[in-house]
Amino acid sequence: MPRGLTTDGKGTVKQDVSQDTKHRAGAARAGSDVVLPSLGFLGTLRWAWTQLTSMRTALFLLLLLAVAAVPGSLFPQRPANPAVVTQYLQDNPDTGPVLDWFQLFDVYSSVWFSAIYLLLFVSLIGCVIPRAVAHFRAVRSKPPRTPKRLSRLPVYGTLEVPAGRVQDAGLTPTTAVEQAAALLKKRGYRVDVRDAGTERPSVGAERGLAKELGNLVFHTSLIGVLVSVAVGGLFGYNGQKVIVEGDSFVNTLIGYDSFNPGSNFSDDQLTPYSLRLDSFDVRFDREQESHYGQPLDFTATVTTQEGPGEDEEQQVLKVNAPLTIGGTNVYLVGNGYAPLVTVRDGEGNIASQGPVVSVPSDGLYTSLFVLKAPDAKPDQLGFVGFFLPTAFIDEQGVSFSRDPDPFNPQLNLNSYYGDLGLDDGTPENVYVLDTENLTELNSRNNDDGGIVLGVGQTYDLPEGKGSVTFDGLKRYIALDIHHDPGEVGALVFSTLALLGLTASLFIGRRRLWIRTGEHPDGRIMLEYGLLARGEDPRLLAEGRAVEKLLADRWLVPSATAGEHREQEAARSAAGSAHHDAKDI
Amino acid sequence: MPQPVNAELGQVSELFMLLASIAYVVALVFFVLDLVKSSSTIGALESRLADEKAAPARSLAGVGARGAGATTSAVPTAPATADDSMDYGSGPRRGRARVAVSLTVLAAVIHGAAVITRGIAAHRVPWGNMYEFCTTGAFLVALIFLVTLTRKDLRFVGSFVVGLVVIMLCAATVGFPTPVARLIPALQSYWLIVHVSIAVASSALFTITFAMSVLQLLQTSREAKLLAGKADTARFLRLVPSALSLENLSYRLNAVAFVGWTFTLMAGAIWAEQAWGRYWGWDTKEVWTFVIWTVYAGYLHARATRGWTGTRAAWLSIVGYLCIVFNFTIVNIYFSGLHSYSGV
Ligand code: HEM
Repeated sequence: MPRGLTTDGKGTVKQDVSQDTKHRAGAARAGSDVVLPSLGFLGTLRWAWTQLTSMRTALFLLLLLAVAAVPGSLFPQRPANPAVVTQYLQDNPDTGPVLDWFQLFDVYSSVWFSAIYLLLFVSLIGCVIPRAVAHFRAVRSKPPRTPKRLSRLPVYGTLEVPAGRVQDAGLTPTTAVEQAAALLKKRGYRVDVRDAGTERPSVGAERGLAKELGNLVFHTSLIGVLVSVAVGGLFGYNGQKVIVEGDSFVNTLIGYDSFNPGSNFSDDQLTPYSLRLDSFDVRFDREQESHYGQPLDFTATVTTQEGPGEDEEQQVLKVNAPLTIGGTNVYLVGNGYAPLVTVRDGEGNIASQGPVVSVPSDGLYTSLFVLKAPDAKPDQLGFVGFFLPTAFIDEQGVSFSRDPDPFNPQLNLNSYYGDLGLDDGTPENVYVLDTENLTELNSRNNDDGGIVLGVGQTYDLPEGKGSVTFDGLKRYIALDIHHDPGEVGALVFSTLALLGLTASLFIGRRRLWIRTGEHPDGRIMLEYGLLARGEDPRLLAEGRAVEKLLADRWLVPSATAGEHREQEAARSAAGSAHHDAKDI
Repeated sequence: MPQPVNAELGQVSELFMLLASIAYVVALVFFVLDLVKSSSTIGALESRLADEKAAPARSLAGVGARGAGATTSAVPTAPATADDSMDYGSGPRRGRARVAVSLTVLAAVIHGAAVITRGIAAHRVPWGNMYEFCTTGAFLVALIFLVTLTRKDLRFVGSFVVGLVVIMLCAATVGFPTPVARLIPALQSYWLIVHVSIAVASSALFTITFAMSVLQLLQTSREAKLLAGKADTARFLRLVPSALSLENLSYRLNAVAFVGWTFTLMAGAIWAEQAWGRYWGWDTKEVWTFVIWTVYAGYLHARATRGWTGTRAAWLSIVGYLCIVFNFTIVNIYFSGLHSYSGV
């Protein structure tokens, strides 16, 4: 077996030119299986670089990245859901901290995940640059020289122009080659006629350089996508805001309920636009038994103002249709009910009044309700319970919601008094009431029972602590507000990547040579051979097409069109991408 | 005000779906019968060949001593074996395979009618919940298979592919039965049409290459066995082209599917940007879409890496497909995330 040829166990002969050495023309001069005695520091660096940029390493890192991404779907992630992580840590006091140490709750910003993708991208850059240089050279150089024996190529054929036709057309071997070259050029080949005027002139042709260009564009665009994501992380911001019907939001830091700035965010990035929720309309499915009460449409009508003193404009905001204003996008991501509640304290003064945002916990809008009245005197008051849009009572006497629309709105509350713990200034979750230091006034478990209120009803708290009134009902919407300066870049680069990928996978890169010669009896003989670089299942068809083109050009009856053959090796191995023109 | 859904037509669609399933099952039976018949034909032929050989071998001692390779090298020329180009050859008529293909065509037509009536009944594209992803996806698998059949003789994967179609239809009707309904607001976007249709089409292609990769592995081990002079235990693989040509064709299909999957991922990101305000947030569904993409990117690289072509590449293609199945079933049903639209 000649050196440089291997079999792959399936009996196919493959050229031992692996893609990694092929594509990193300069980088991999030293074969990796050669053990050098002493590399020295620079040598070691070069060796490491060669390893890192090899195709095998890229493959390994890619697969590693796939595996590393999985835990992020198995464990709750802080960026998406900090509360769930906290809960998980509470529920698993033994394993939780260990998992946390391994950053399994922050997989996508973890040291190990970042290391993998950064190495992958370094490897990618190391691969792309030499390939780009090589490609640049290839584009500027002429198609490769004509091999001595075309008949060795995977696709080979001959054609003869009978002496009669040769005379009619005034053909010589050189003009035949020139005409063939013109035809190939039309077909998208780069052509180069050589040995014109000699006995055996030939044309070398090549097409499909866009395949390699596509591959380079694809890999480079991946870097572009990564950079765009980073830009978004550095200079972007996002925040959340809940707005009750009739209320407004102003785009300033204090306007947000929660706010996540990028690492390079500064306050002056915010445009002080405002947005008022005029009304919010919800429609549920009322036709179908099986999907009764499933939401069909959420529409928020809002009035926006680009800044103080600017014109007001009424706009519609829907799911899947964000508003763009002041450099941000505003998304409708949630909605629910905000019961209007008045709390009077033990001294008869109003301690709290207005809409209270309740958090839906199911598709029927059974909603968690928490109300804190820190201004109540002599004791602070707290309420916790459920809001039910359409309340029903089951056999056990438990209230539940039967419909998402407010046909029979009802509040079911427990009440507490004592120190709400709000005065020491630590931030508190408004949707959670910590009852540990409070004394229970009402609940299903004590003598006074829970509080059940319909709209317009008032309940006087036991022990003269005050009263609570359910005044009415409003809806609210939950907004996400985003500014991501990397977004456009990510879109542009990923589109480029897709185009590059398509070119890279589906363009056939091939070389074609035609050589002519004159027979003593006046016939002109022509032979051609084709060679693919990379996968090219259509090489044979291309050979046939070119042959037909030539036959038509010289009106050679197709019956006399010469023998046409595809070499056995090509048939099985053409797809394996191991052909390279280097050795011919 | 959009039109109400047409429940009666929805029931017609379900009836069609049932009829299509029955037709597929019968087609499956014929595909299997074809394999059985062909492998027994080959068996008979082979023993006859062996007998003929045995007689002259004695008189031509020394000349015919080519070793174990001799019997096997004679076999591929026998009729009813696969041609590596996977073009329709001049082999004997495989009557049962013809019936199987005709039945698959019939089933696919009924299946298509079921999918279309479902869409008309709901006044929207028929891919808005698990039931619909499954049934429409299965239809695409069958359609792509049949379209490929017009160009290449892939009847050898017929039992595999039609078997998977049957499984998908069973999963839909038994696992996720869902009457026709309109879409919840989160799904009311034309990106649903783009994103999901390409995802389903790519998955359908991956389904076919999965089948081919499994056959490729079987064929590789059989080829190794034959080379080592052992007996052929899996005669039906005689109908299957060589491992190498399987690998090459599945590579081409995988390349198309990979471009589709890349587009799926991008369209999903664009939609996520519109619906949730960020184009990428490592939601469980996004994680798995990414994992699948990376595995198939690995597959494409493997094909260009020495020592990774052949069997290892086939394994990557299989792992990629298992990830798709996992993403579609386990992730949709058991993992919570923003993509909880499965209607389960
Ligand atoms: C780490 C450094 C990387 C190197 C050295 C590298 C190298 C290569 C090479 C040489 C090819 C051409 C294979 C052929 O001719 O068939 C290729 C193709 C490809 N690469 Fe990479 N790549 C790298 C990173 C990546 C990454 C991170 C991705 C994305 C996940 C990726 C996705 C692809 C895809 C999809 C193809 C197939 C397109 C084609 O065949 O032309 N590559 N890569």
